[in-house]
Amino acid sequence: MSKISRRKLITTGIAAAAGVAGLGVADRIAQKYVLVPPDHGGIYGLGETLTYASQRLLTRHSLAREFTRSQISKPPFANEIAPLSEEFKRLQAGGFADWRLSVNGMVARPASFTLAQLKSYPAQSQITMVQCEEGWSYIAEWIGVPLSRILQAVEVHPQAKYVIYFSIEPDWWESIDMADALHPQTFLTYGMNGDELPVSSGGPLRLRVSRQLGYKSVKFITHLTVTDGLKGFGKGLGSASPEGGYAWYAGI
Amino acid sequence: MNGSVATISSCLLVTWELNGSLLPPSKRNVRAKWYHPRVGDSVCVPSSASAVQAATVASRHSALVRITHWITALCFLALLVSGAEIVISHPRFYWGETGNDLTPTLFKLPIPASRNLVPTGYGYVLPDQNGWSRYLHFQSAWIVILTGLLYVISGFVTGHLRKSLLPDRADLSWRALMTSIASHLRFERPSEAEAWSYNVLQRLSYLSVIFVLFPFVIWTGLAMSPAFVSAIPAAVNVLGGQQSARTLHFFVSLALVLFLLVHVGMVWFAGFWSRMRAMITGRAAIDTERT
Repeated sequence: MSKISRRKLITTGIAAAAGVAGLGVADRIAQKYVLVPPDHGGIYGLGETLTYASQRLLTRHSLAREFTRSQISKPPFANEIAPLSEEFKRLQAGGFADWRLSVNGMVARPASFTLAQLKSYPAQSQITMVQCEEGWSYIAEWIGVPLSRILQAVEVHPQAKYVIYFSIEPDWWESIDMADALHPQTFLTYGMNGDELPVSSGGPLRLRVSRQLGYKSVKFITHLTVTDGLKGFGKGLGSASPEGGYAWYAGI
Repeated sequence: MNGSVATISSCLLVTWELNGSLLPPSKRNVRAKWYHPRVGDSVCVPSSASAVQAATVASRHSALVRITHWITALCFLALLVSGAEIVISHPRFYWGETGNDLTPTLFKLPIPASRNLVPTGYGYVLPDQNGWSRYLHFQSAWIVILTGLLYVISGFVTGHLRKSLLPDRADLSWRALMTSIASHLRFERPSEAEAWSYNVLQRLSYLSVIFVLFPFVIWTGLAMSPAFVSAIPAAVNVLGGQQSARTLHFFVSLALVLFLLVHVGMVWFAGFWSRMRAMITGRAAIDTERT
């Protein structure tokens, strides 16, 4: 075999040490700024991590494009939803008067909100696009209260890293990092196009995550958990999507 | 007496063998170097007057060109398969910002869909393959972008792009281009020199793929990302909207598939095994070896 020169040995050694140190530093930075997605394991972990990390560095504070009222899709499009549960139908029969949004986890004051209580916060609206991973899209006006306002009300601990949100429908939950949770366009949405949010579009309460694909905007929200880690939830991949084969981060 | 001669000779033999294997490769492979002259990735047509006369093979493609070529080829295949799977979930195309089952289309692909909400005219729904397709699509995109950057940057540094891909000014004359096009249309066998240097049409098509089609397919892909365009809205606005970006992404992909078909066809026509050998081992036959 070829003779390895001392110089080559030393440079290789230094390069290897720098590489290991570099990986260590990269890992520390990634941990600190939350740059590794929960579904980073497996053969597609490289691509997912590169996408999530680069977009977090590029888009931490950027705003989703907003449109004019004349660009709102008419007629409004609503994706198919699975048959609704008995519990949902019972609440619907009561005009959603008993609908509750409970918030717990790493918060100083766990709370439970009625729709009326959520509506007592100053309402905000945004005209943004919903994009489905399948390829179709529509624009609508979304009316609600920014999630950050509710997180402020329950006093989120500073070490919180994720907000997990659950639908009343079984096995339907997602999570977002604090960059998206505190983002000014992330709404708890109860209105659409100047009206109540129809059940077909996720009413009475949908979490709108405007910089990610439609499947992150979960319908029929009843529960939020604030956490610093996603390990104990489901299979620990962050949400129901990776368990069904879809990416946790859908900013693409 | 006899025994000692045998011992001495076997010692000599061992010493000779040790010398052979212990010499540094640069000294040991003097002969081999003649057989495989390293000329980087520049074009090399060994002169018959030189000492290379007896040689049969010579260097054609550098390791970097070969490795980036095959990584790109693999990624493109993965992008193509996964991209087709993603299109199947909604084989309708639009122009402008939005488009869905309730809006008119620019055109529809006459294929069944993997979602039952899409009106396709087919009585059945294909299985949903979008999960892994999307993971694979974006992972392959990352790898091909990083590979492409490595290729382009090193191509500028080493002069590969200038020497091997930039056409000569003389070849760009109308007359020279027409001659080349005519010879392609007549399906003339490429000359021996073309095993060592790309012809003008090859150079122009490779340059268009590297500097027009690949950047455009990356751009139109990024223009579909809601997070990316939140940071750089112009990326989608200048294309006319998110659905326009999707439609353009589809057409640029078709152009790349067309390039792939012509490329493989031309490799086949020029001598599949000799060209494959050059792109795999880096070496090509000098003499008129034909497959």
